[in-house]
Amino acid sequence: MPRFALNDKDVVVIVGSGAGGGTMANELTRRGLKVVLFEAGKRQSLATFSQNPGEAFGQLTWLEPRSQSGTWDPVRTSPTLPAWHCRTVGGTTVHWTGATPRLQPDEIRARSVYGDIPGASLADWPIDYAELKRWYQVAEKRLGVTRRNGNPGMPASNNFKVMYAGARRLGYKRVHTNYLAINSRARDGRGFCIQQGFCVQGCKTGAKWSTLYTEIPQAEASGRLDLRSECFVTRIEHDPAGRATGVVYRDAAGVEQRQHARIVCVAGNAIETARLLLLSESGRFKHGLANGSDQVGRNYCHHVLSFVIGIFDQPVSFWRGAVLAGVVEDENIHDPRRGFAGGYHLELAMLDLPTLPLIGLPYGWGRDFASVIDNYRNMAGMLVNGEDLPRAVNRITLSTTRKDPYGLPVAHIHCEPHANDLAMRAHATGQGQKIYEAVGAKRTVVSSVPPATHQMGTARMSHDPGQGVTNAYGRTHEVPNLFISDGSVQTTAGAANPTLTIVALVLRQAEHIGREAAAGRL
Amino acid sequence: MNTRATHTGSLQSADRRSFVRGVGVLTGVIALGSPLAALLPSRAWAVELRVLSSAEAAALLAMIRTIAPHDTLDDAAYALVVNAIDGDAAGATESRNDLTAGIASLGDGFALMPEDARVEHLRHIESGAFFQSVRTKTLMVLYSNPIAWTHFGFEGESFSKGGYLLRGFNDLKWLPEVPLADSGAMPTG
Repeated sequence: MPRFALNDKDVVVIVGSGAGGGTMANELTRRGLKVVLFEAGKRQSLATFSQNPGEAFGQLTWLEPRSQSGTWDPVRTSPTLPAWHCRTVGGTTVHWTGATPRLQPDEIRARSVYGDIPGASLADWPIDYAELKRWYQVAEKRLGVTRRNGNPGMPASNNFKVMYAGARRLGYKRVHTNYLAINSRARDGRGFCIQQGFCVQGCKTGAKWSTLYTEIPQAEASGRLDLRSECFVTRIEHDPAGRATGVVYRDAAGVEQRQHARIVCVAGNAIETARLLLLSESGRFKHGLANGSDQVGRNYCHHVLSFVIGIFDQPVSFWRGAVLAGVVEDENIHDPRRGFAGGYHLELAMLDLPTLPLIGLPYGWGRDFASVIDNYRNMAGMLVNGEDLPRAVNRITLSTTRKDPYGLPVAHIHCEPHANDLAMRAHATGQGQKIYEAVGAKRTVVSSVPPATHQMGTARMSHDPGQGVTNAYGRTHEVPNLFISDGSVQTTAGAANPTLTIVALVLRQAEHIGREAAAGRL
Repeated sequence: MNTRATHTGSLQSADRRSFVRGVGVLTGVIALGSPLAALLPSRAWAVELRVLSSAEAAALLAMIRTIAPHDTLDDAAYALVVNAIDGDAAGATESRNDLTAGIASLGDGFALMPEDARVEHLRHIESGAFFQSVRTKTLMVLYSNPIAWTHFGFEGESFSKGGYLLRGFNDLKWLPEVPLADSGAMPTG
């Protein structure tokens, strides 16, 4: 692997090695560009992944503290971990469950379709659906998504049999084993899923797509990738003209370094991406880099999330098998008669021990709480994943109370769910309970709001520089060689798990960067 | 099962007489015929403590049992939580003091109170830092070891056994099979 010089002004710096950054590294090195890829975490491998959930959590998770405020559950139920994402090479693609639904046409025109909803900052995406769809198709081929392009669906697990029978009895029609970036057959040099049940701990067979063992090794093979793991970027610098000149970072030994760059792509997951822009304030950019619109960090979306558990008289053994291999798609529509705008997916989900009592139940303790866990063998589970509305007040700021080990303020998360989110949650969890009751559940349980696993919206795309941080290519309005390459750019959340959309937008952005660079405009 | 050395490592065989070095000790005996016997080096177990006295450890164990009451789950599992909390507190004087003060606030005889009285007492302190930290640690440790996994049925690590593809991920028979159009055939290679 090459090591590019710190003063090499010709490299592209990418911050973050997950779905966005890892894919971007492959796309740009493939186009002949030199890339320095920064990752705050360590590099693991199929061999070092652990199927002890507690051990894996410590190995992969972004554990730096956050502060938080607002009215959402995690302030009370998960004070030290409001968001659950990764800090490791491959980012959150190491721990994701592989669900790859597309956003729907209505969802990227939310302002036009849902209307002007008070208390929400809805906007239409600056991209046509036909354009997005074209890139979805490229991304789905890249990731080998099941049920697309002739890739067979996953076989039905016990947990899915319960969801399927109940959902069909309720009259739902679009119920299947989900679109998954998990090999149902050997392909792309990786084997098929053997239903281990430990997607979240890192897939030990590599059947699940992760940039750790697909995009990043491909980029390394180009000879043009300099991957710097355990290196934490603290600041993006710029010249007097307002062009990014490189980044300041702490190397693995904690020593401050400065890497020059011709282009900077930020893909730190929406919370850390916003934090890095805010930390990069300067005399010219007084409120944070590329933040003249005051939109950096605002409109933080994390989906309407809730687990629904059904308890039966007979065993389910729901921990066996791919975690999210099932979905009910029928409610992913905009139908205001249900009492809310936007839609949701009901996705299959299982929770290991100890994750079930930590995030999968209503917050509590004592007999009632423990009696749910007593039924672990006879439990089926699903996850509500719905569109939450963007709000200017829901935002990432720099914490005034907590600092990281380098003395920099950590991210502060403020969330006040919109009434629409609460109405959707009530409807979705109710439908989930009905699915289980339709096949004889003797008890159903609805969780508190779990820590956020999908982070979006904190540097959103807009044609209007006053309304968004980036243009339709994720290129910041104010700093022409600074790109946002993760879920931060989503103008609205939609109900789709974000990874496929992140990859599709990054593939499109990489083509744009390649074209602009070749034309001498970058 | 190759878990002895790691996950139940803090439960020592009671005939190892070194625990006298600790401040306090928790001991117990696994019931005859218990499946846990395979997980532990002997039926009798002991946890050596670095901060807590035996009486304090007993009060803490009663608190943990009140937070997560599973009547037939062996005390050995709960003792792992006591051990973890004791170990966390051993590092700094402040955390030692917080822990012993928290346990003192449970009052004399807490461990011997009926469950209703323990619940009532804990309700009064449930928003405080002491209760919160014990609750979180209880969930993280109690449900995270092979003793609990055996009890609740979670089968743990599956990679070394080839996952569940041929070991029951789809063995549920009390509901109809899913049509292939909505799922997929088993992979064959």
